[in-house]
Amino acid sequence: MKTLSFTVNGAATQVEVEDHEYLAEVLRNRLGLTGTKIGCNEAECGICTVLVNGTPVVSCIYPALRAEGASVETIEGLAEGEKLHPLQEAFVEGGAPQCGYCIPGVIMTAKGLIDTNPDPTDHDIKVALKDTLCRCAGYSFITHAIQSAAKQIREGEKQNHLPALPETLAPLNVIGRPFPRPDAVLKVTGKALYSDDFNFPGMLHARTLRAKYPHARILKIDTAKAKALPGVHAVLTADDIPGEKNHGLVIQDWPALAVDKVRYIGDPVAIVAADTREIASAALALIEVEYEPLPVVSDPVQAHQPDAPLVMESGNLLKHIKVRKGDMDQGFAEADVILEETFHTPAYDHAFLEPECSIGRIDEDGRFEIIVGSQIPYQDRSQVARCLGVSDDQVRIKGALIGGGFGGKEDIAGQIHVALLTKVTGRPVKMLYDRHESLIFHPKRHATQITVKVGAKTDGTLTAVETILYGDSGAYASLGEKVMTRATTHSAGPYEVQNVKADCYAMYTNNPPAGAFRGFGVLQSAFAVESVMDMLAERLGIDPVELRRKNLHRVGTVTNTGQTLRESVGLGRCLELVSAEVEKRKEATQPASKNKRRAWGLAVGYKNTGLGGGAPDKSSAEVELYHDGTVQVRTSAAEIGQGLVGVVAMAAAEELGMKYEDVRVLLSDTDLTPDGGPTTASRQTFVTGNAARMAARTLRNAIEATLSELYDQPPQNIRFEEGLARVNGHSLPMSEVAQIFKREGREPKATYEYWAPKTQPLGTGGDMHFAFSYAAQAAEVEVDLDTGEVKVLQMVAAHDIGRAINPLALQGQIEGGMVMGLGHAMTEEFIVEDGIVFTDVLARYKMPSIKHAPPITSFIVEDAASTGPYGAKGVGEIASIPTLAAISNAVYNACGVRLHKLPVDQDSLLRALKSGNRTG
Amino acid sequence: MPLWEHYHRPSTVDQAIDNLAHYAGRARILAGGTDLLLEMQQGRTSPVAAVVDITQIQEIRAIEEADGYILIGAGVTHTAITHSALLTQKATSLVESCGVIGGPQVRNVATLGGNVAHALPAGDGTLSLVALAAEAEVAGPQGRAWRPIDSLYVGPGKSALNHTAEMITRFRLKPHAAGEGSAFKRIMRPQGVALPILGLGVWVNVVDGLIAATRIALGPAGPRPLRAAQAEAFLAGKAFSTELLPAVAEQVLADAKLRTSPHRATAEYRTELILPLLARALPLAVRRATTGHVTPEGIGEG
Ligand SMILES: Cc1cc2nc3c(=O)[nH]c(=O)nc-3n(C[C@H](O)[C@H](O)[C@H](O)COP(=O)(O)OP(=O)(O)OC[C@H]3O[C@@H](n4cnc5c(N)ncnc54)[C@H](O)[C@@H]3O)c2cc1C
Ligand code: FES
Ligand code: FES
Repeated sequence: MKTLSFTVNGAATQVEVEDHEYLAEVLRNRLGLTGTKIGCNEAECGICTVLVNGTPVVSCIYPALRAEGASVETIEGLAEGEKLHPLQEAFVEGGAPQCGYCIPGVIMTAKGLIDTNPDPTDHDIKVALKDTLCRCAGYSFITHAIQSAAKQIREGEKQNHLPALPETLAPLNVIGRPFPRPDAVLKVTGKALYSDDFNFPGMLHARTLRAKYPHARILKIDTAKAKALPGVHAVLTADDIPGEKNHGLVIQDWPALAVDKVRYIGDPVAIVAADTREIASAALALIEVEYEPLPVVSDPVQAHQPDAPLVMESGNLLKHIKVRKGDMDQGFAEADVILEETFHTPAYDHAFLEPECSIGRIDEDGRFEIIVGSQIPYQDRSQVARCLGVSDDQVRIKGALIGGGFGGKEDIAGQIHVALLTKVTGRPVKMLYDRHESLIFHPKRHATQITVKVGAKTDGTLTAVETILYGDSGAYASLGEKVMTRATTHSAGPYEVQNVKADCYAMYTNNPPAGAFRGFGVLQSAFAVESVMDMLAERLGIDPVELRRKNLHRVGTVTNTGQTLRESVGLGRCLELVSAEVEKRKEATQPASKNKRRAWGLAVGYKNTGLGGGAPDKSSAEVELYHDGTVQVRTSAAEIGQGLVGVVAMAAAEELGMKYEDVRVLLSDTDLTPDGGPTTASRQTFVTGNAARMAARTLRNAIEATLSELYDQPPQNIRFEEGLARVNGHSLPMSEVAQIFKREGREPKATYEYWAPKTQPLGTGGDMHFAFSYAAQAAEVEVDLDTGEVKVLQMVAAHDIGRAINPLALQGQIEGGMVMGLGHAMTEEFIVEDGIVFTDVLARYKMPSIKHAPPITSFIVEDAASTGPYGAKGVGEIASIPTLAAISNAVYNACGVRLHKLPVDQDSLLRALKSGNRTG
Repeated sequence: MPLWEHYHRPSTVDQAIDNLAHYAGRARILAGGTDLLLEMQQGRTSPVAAVVDITQIQEIRAIEEADGYILIGAGVTHTAITHSALLTQKATSLVESCGVIGGPQVRNVATLGGNVAHALPAGDGTLSLVALAAEAEVAGPQGRAWRPIDSLYVGPGKSALNHTAEMITRFRLKPHAAGEGSAFKRIMRPQGVALPILGLGVWVNVVDGLIAATRIALGPAGPRPLRAAQAEAFLAGKAFSTELLPAVAEQVLADAKLRTSPHRATAEYRTELILPLLARALPLAVRRATTGHVTPEGIGEG
């Protein structure tokens, strides 16, 4: 131990540290300054940035003792009491934080910039923030907020920090206005608490021993040496699980700890709890496991061969999914042109910046409490309870803030493990994954092979579409069947086609499992079908916009699954807006130099809102009026950055005629908040938005009833506005209303369980989904003919999302989704070779940084869904869906090479250009 | 087990050498740590008994011009190099190569010495040092000696330095005189490993419209940074024109040993890149040499 003397946020500080500690560890663990976040521990993500003597450095690899005598600034030092620093203020009002996990690092990097360059250009900002990542990808908001804050500092005058937003419908009192997120202030000040920010006295640190082989029989596990290591409190294997051995969201096929066999390299074999993380890591190395390696199944097509080794004893086929409509022979017979193409997409990682972390402890009543950032708290509860062998009510899931989910925090990570270790040790236990572990362990986006065969008449009418999909579901089911069902039902695109056949084989392999990921399979199939649409247009000599216009979904269309669309189909409008804007922009385009070619590409897409397929889809919310006149909305729907907190607060404020600021939201505590269901399938705005709205309306009705009796007025004479209940000339503040309820011995609260419209299972016809969102997107790219390098220069998009509840949050989701789609097309690829993960550090998985984020021109189409809250339908996923094909179509239009796999590979692109073989 | 047990922060080179000696093979020099600490963390380098942090040694943190040389301390950060007006004017390619390393937070701590000692054949700073015919001063138990940069490379990631006994203290190179200019360009890919597919540093001396001398450094094109000697000889005495480029590229290829690196680049692709890289760097260096006007390109855009 050495004494480190330095200045932290202006205060002289002395702290005892070990020689080998990093600055981030000292700040977080010794000084309790948990505002500094860790995303990778490998100098890649930049979110741990602090200022040392004014200079931005990544604190995760900064030896703490190097800070001796230095002045260190962290996010906690920016605000003066309640008064936010202009950067923080601009970030809040400008809508920059989404999940918020990157924000402290982004703000500190930005501070380093504007302290030395008070009037930065956008280019300066791009250079300064190049390696400070935001997976929610609010890059344009971040840039705008920095500019706005810098201006405020320069001019000493309060600025309006709101960025320009697309035009939307006239707002109601609250709905339709660009409010900042309720949790934004916490997120910009570093006070927002994510799982790893919680600590408890006596807390142990846990780690997981993972498989050594992607496929092997376990012959023997010997934990004796690990148990004997001083500081180790427990070493557990599958034998120590008192209840069910497996977990799984749909099919319980995933051993919480490997039994007999490992099926992928991330499979957990044993878990350890120790006094420190270092001891736990050392103990892992002492666990002896004898394996008998088995042949590896490494891709879904191979897995489907009759002689393939078996991943699951029951066979490698997780599910054969079928869509049938019309008569294929007839459809292809009617066609003048038939095209057939096969595409491949790789696995992708969510790369949420907050790696998984769970804390287990036993609460005052002797129940298990799990603190975790989870997308499905109530399912976590039952999954933990099942493995512990206790009833659900013995487990409480307390949601921490979530530093990005995107579908990757739906499956169980460490929740069951900390519960088991807590049970055995009686101590609080924290299990934090590092980036490496997060990458190899959690379910990915399905890698796919998709064949699309289309038939069309010379006038462009589609006569038949046949698709065959293979989805790599990896070692366990996770949500694989659901994801690939969505990929399959959407695989002919948002087009009206008389004859459709789709077959999908969701396969088990020895790769990391694949599960939910924003877009839920539809990204992959949209890439395939939208590429084919452009190829078909060329073949027919028809403009690609015209070809789409001719066939697209409209009111009255019968979808591939036999659903008649009765309303809210804004795709046509989206397409017109985007194509008109692109035409305008084409005229303004600068011709590139002689070795560079620029071109636009376009694609459309659609995505269901809600679970659909006959799954009961419901959510509950509770709304309570407090004596201080504020209202609290409670629901256990997860906030993963998408802005649900704001949506439910706005709905309650609207219904109760209150100010948005007077509504508080409590989420994801299975003791205190009713079940909101999973945060998946773009469903929360719709279902939980409706639940909150109806709960607030129920409360309003109760208030009306009470006041109408009290004042002897008919209920319709009672109005709610500006936080007051007005009745017969009286204006009662809501605090007084609360007191009236108290006096009458009644609770001013209401709960509402909202059931979304019923849906039908695939294959039965009727409404498989209760709403679809639509989008059209276009991208302009530049291809360097000498090097094959590709750049996305700008994008244009229109999204039909029913209703813009909060235009600021909406635009954040749209841009973030599009930049993620761009990442999938351009920068990201999760590589597994024979079951071994190559992409096992963040340095090998590049997500788009600020320098990749192009200017985006966005249009909002509000074709209302009658059952949606204020007409809204989902937005979380649609924005990523057309992006991949829009970019790939643009690449073709620029240089004539048709990409059949992603991401764009400049190496093979150049070789294709040079060889004249136009297939990449 | 911690990656290192003891942390030292000497304030002189002698102390640093003593610190290393004390641990007799079990201590390493730590500069920015952006290579070393990650290598240890990811198990590519074993943990050590001690790290000797050299960032406090003032002597190795200066950039100066003296006795006909530019002297750059091994502990100078890439940010400091990028901001140096002296280097911008008189060692341009070095500024361009250090300006594309990592992001600002990395450049704020990572050093030129670390880049060279890490010994990657495509270390960006390294390639420019080779093109600028720099020398490194190495201090060890036996004292200090100047060595040509190329002599520090044994193979990919293998330095001729004794990592547990020696350190680089300074680099020196001849400043651009009238008629001299340099440039650095590289090609990256947006996916995967953050190592350049190919980097190219060039230096030229133009006298009376003719190329009197050039130095062309390329990497990765072999186990060590490559000097394209045949291309240099080919250019000598010629009047530069872009029409020469394809022939220069052929000469470069004659020396280069281009490989396929999995998930990074095929040998075929690298071969195709020689010409466009030359086309980006060589005319630029010639223009700088003939006009004396220098505006570094691509700083911070790596
Ligand atoms: C996100 C990221 C991006 C990067 N991008 C690039 C890039 O684009 N191009 C590129 O070339 N590199 C890149 N790097 C690698 C790295 O930043 C550079 O090589 C850097 O210059 C290393 O310097 P350092 O001071 O951090 O070295 P350290 O990590 O401190 O040391 C590296 C090695 O050199 C030794 N050493 C350090 N200084 C001396 C000395 N004076 N004498 C003797 N031995 C010494 C150490 O013992 C160690 O073996 C990147 C790194 C990261 C983390
Ligand atoms: S760069 Fe430090 S946590 Fe990612
Ligand atoms: S807000 Fe930046 S990562 Fe989520």
